[in-house]
Amino acid sequence: MLFTSYSFLIFIITVFISYYLTPKKYQWILLLCASYLFYGLVSIDYLGYIMVTTISTYFISLKIHEINQSKKSYLMEHKELSRKEKKEYKKEIKKYTKKYLTFGMLLNFGLLGVTKYTNFIIGNINSIVTSFGSNGTLSFIDIAMPMGISFYTFKTMSYLLDVYREKHDAEDNLFKLALFVSFFPQLVQGPISRYNDLSQTLFEGHRYKYTTVRHGIQRIIWGFFKKIVIADRILVAVKTMIVTPDDYKGFYVLLVMLFYTYQLYADFTGGIDITIGIGETLGIEMAENFKRPYLSRSIKEFWRRWHITMGTWFKDYVFYPVSVSPWMLNISKKSRKKFGNAIGKRVPVYISTLIVWFTTGLWHGAHWNFIVWGLMNGIVIIISFEFEPTYKWFHSKFNVEDKLAFRVFQIIRTILLMSAIRLFDVYQNVPLTFRMFGTIFTEFNFNIFYDGSLLQLGLTIGDYIILLIGLIVLYSISIYQETGSFRVYLNNRPQQVRYAVYSLVIIFIIVFGAYGVGFDSTQFIYNQF
Amino acid sequence: MLKKNLVRIISILFLLTVLFFIQRLVVPKYMNDIVEGSLIETYYDEEKNHDVVFIGDCEVYENFSPITLWEDYGIKSFIRGSAQQLIWQSYYLMEETLKYEKPEVIVFNVLSMKYNEPQNEAYNRMTLDGMKLSMSKVKSIRASMTDEEKFIDYIFPILRFHSRWSNLESQDFKYFFNKDELFHNGYYMRVDVKPVESFPRKKPLADYSLGQNAYDYLEKMTVLAEKHGVELVLIKAPTIYPVWYDEWDQQIEDFAQENDLMYLNFLELTDEANIDFSKHTYDAGLHLNLQGAENLSKYFGEILVENYDLEDHRNNDEISKKWEKKSNFYYSMKEAQYFDLNKYGYLKNFGAKKPANN
Repeated sequence: MLFTSYSFLIFIITVFISYYLTPKKYQWILLLCASYLFYGLVSIDYLGYIMVTTISTYFISLKIHEINQSKKSYLMEHKELSRKEKKEYKKEIKKYTKKYLTFGMLLNFGLLGVTKYTNFIIGNINSIVTSFGSNGTLSFIDIAMPMGISFYTFKTMSYLLDVYREKHDAEDNLFKLALFVSFFPQLVQGPISRYNDLSQTLFEGHRYKYTTVRHGIQRIIWGFFKKIVIADRILVAVKTMIVTPDDYKGFYVLLVMLFYTYQLYADFTGGIDITIGIGETLGIEMAENFKRPYLSRSIKEFWRRWHITMGTWFKDYVFYPVSVSPWMLNISKKSRKKFGNAIGKRVPVYISTLIVWFTTGLWHGAHWNFIVWGLMNGIVIIISFEFEPTYKWFHSKFNVEDKLAFRVFQIIRTILLMSAIRLFDVYQNVPLTFRMFGTIFTEFNFNIFYDGSLLQLGLTIGDYIILLIGLIVLYSISIYQETGSFRVYLNNRPQQVRYAVYSLVIIFIIVFGAYGVGFDSTQFIYNQF
Repeated sequence: MLKKNLVRIISILFLLTVLFFIQRLVVPKYMNDIVEGSLIETYYDEEKNHDVVFIGDCEVYENFSPITLWEDYGIKSFIRGSAQQLIWQSYYLMEETLKYEKPEVIVFNVLSMKYNEPQNEAYNRMTLDGMKLSMSKVKSIRASMTDEEKFIDYIFPILRFHSRWSNLESQDFKYFFNKDELFHNGYYMRVDVKPVESFPRKKPLADYSLGQNAYDYLEKMTVLAEKHGVELVLIKAPTIYPVWYDEWDQQIEDFAQENDLMYLNFLELTDEANIDFSKHTYDAGLHLNLQGAENLSKYFGEILVENYDLEDHRNNDEISKKWEKKSNFYYSMKEAQYFDLNKYGYLKNFGAKKPANN
């Protein structure tokens, strides 16, 4: 059931009506039923996986919480213990809770790993074995990756880790935890909400409020605009250019870079807008996942604005734990000794960065393309970190940092850099991606921009005009949002103006949307992760 | 508050109106090339008191002339035909027709019995989009949709045809409000001639059984006709293409016998109907031309009059006046088509394609 399908539209309207007809106290139960129904309708086979994740996390988190509680009670009752004794005691308890945590993580990441990475591993083993001349290869296993497993596994593991770290209590109601894990709008492509942020708004129940419903609907319409008018329209051209890559070299690759960049952006942010909008119509607030990433002036800033909930997840649960782990501290110590303080202190940061980006790439998919994509991001971040003194020198010499032209240059540079790295998302394998990227500098087919070749990509002049209008609207709103809320701006307009804007956007989506026969409207790109 | 609600209501009405007009603009008009797509909707403007209603595919709307039936027998008839009309579509058109009127006879052409499953959207559209919204239409849509089609696209055609915004033609604006009259009580006139040059080879089939789904609808048609006290007549029009197998014919024959229905296979009655495939077809045997349709209608009219209680309305001045108007339009079109034929060698202004040798 795609977010942009008619059946989903009927589904959310039904949920919306039922939600506000249900007494506040029981609204969360309705949401749980709706979430399981939604997931079951996608595939009944997937329900087993999400149930295992939920139930195992529930019992393990309760156990950890119970141990932590008894630790607290013990410490309260034994105030006479010295600091050292308390420390020793806490260490012992931590060892104990860690066992449960490890078990929970192994089980759930294991599920994710088996369903997502088994065939990838088998494929790599087979490649190695055959490269040594052996014929004995392993057979691939027939296993489907449950939709959204990467998202809900990350949600539950952050929950478990936070219980372990005593950031919040364990949820003692299995069904409430089940709702947190399976909440249908964010089940398939996030955002990866934290229990602390989502639980209260999710469980407390809400009375119908015109303003929040209106805001939700505004957001949903905006999401549809991005997905249907922009993303699915660009998809046609991108598909044409990547199916037979050898026919589309040189500047076509440059086009693929830019087209895919905006396709992915409109697709993913459109999906998140719909997700957050659905939540808002139900009075449920969710964490923002994007903050105008394509207005970023550096790659570091880009990653603070793009897929924020995933970024913070890796930062909190991978980067920091790895950075402060005993073995990393050991490396730090050794490297400082060997390379001196300046270089030595950067080594552990860079290693942690590469680990984070390796896992980020792996999270995106069981494919070398994603791994290389992740590592490329890490490398670019490290390089930009290394260049920081040069930048500082440049800015002290030339006072251009706040000049509009320089800011635009930085934004364009970031877009081009990110687009180039994104090519790994697009082409079939890593060598092909490098080869295609190389053709930009070897095949100067600039003529494609004026000899009508662009009209052979499945898009008409009308389509390009619509795309241009769509992107101008997208950028205009993004630029406005940098300094203020477009929603507030719109809400302060006279009612007639507001309704005219709504009508215009709805008409634009219905008439100029790339949906129906003739368009291959696919699922949201991030659904597959 | 009142003002706010008023603005809200006006805005919604305005949005719906704009969408309605856009829908009117983008839906295909079927006025130049594939005019058959306009056939079904013409029924609703008619006075609904026909003696005979034909239902079926192109084998009814190209092979029978209601004007001939009127002029020779005083029969008021109408053809509810459309391109590749499938039997379930025929059934629901029959159901809808019987809500409007109760003719003496309903004639159904059985060629569509060879289809047991939905076929393709383009033809579905030509039948279904012309129907007014009703339960019959809803059921017909449900029965006709292929896997790729969506029900809602039929109810709101803008969702299906919105992408035509970049291919709009002058006819989309020209026929925005009104369409030209192109048909004669559902008959699609063609006066040109393209003789039959070869006969199709009857490729052997693995299984000659007509499908169960098709049979079910034929049975439903029989029951419906009986329920409404209407005589159902089954026919197979005299066309060389597509192939009509003897085995199929036998099954229809058996069905007709079992259900006490008249069944006429005009393929076997071409001499009696004075059909000459070297002169009476405009597309080498797929459909009859005007002369062929008139000859066939004369022959069939006689059978209808002999077998059923059909009143001759020619003495009724009021009815005659109305049909005179229809006849005038018929003859003026006939004249215009012959004019085209003499001047250009083909029906240039009637959607025909220029023959290769011209």
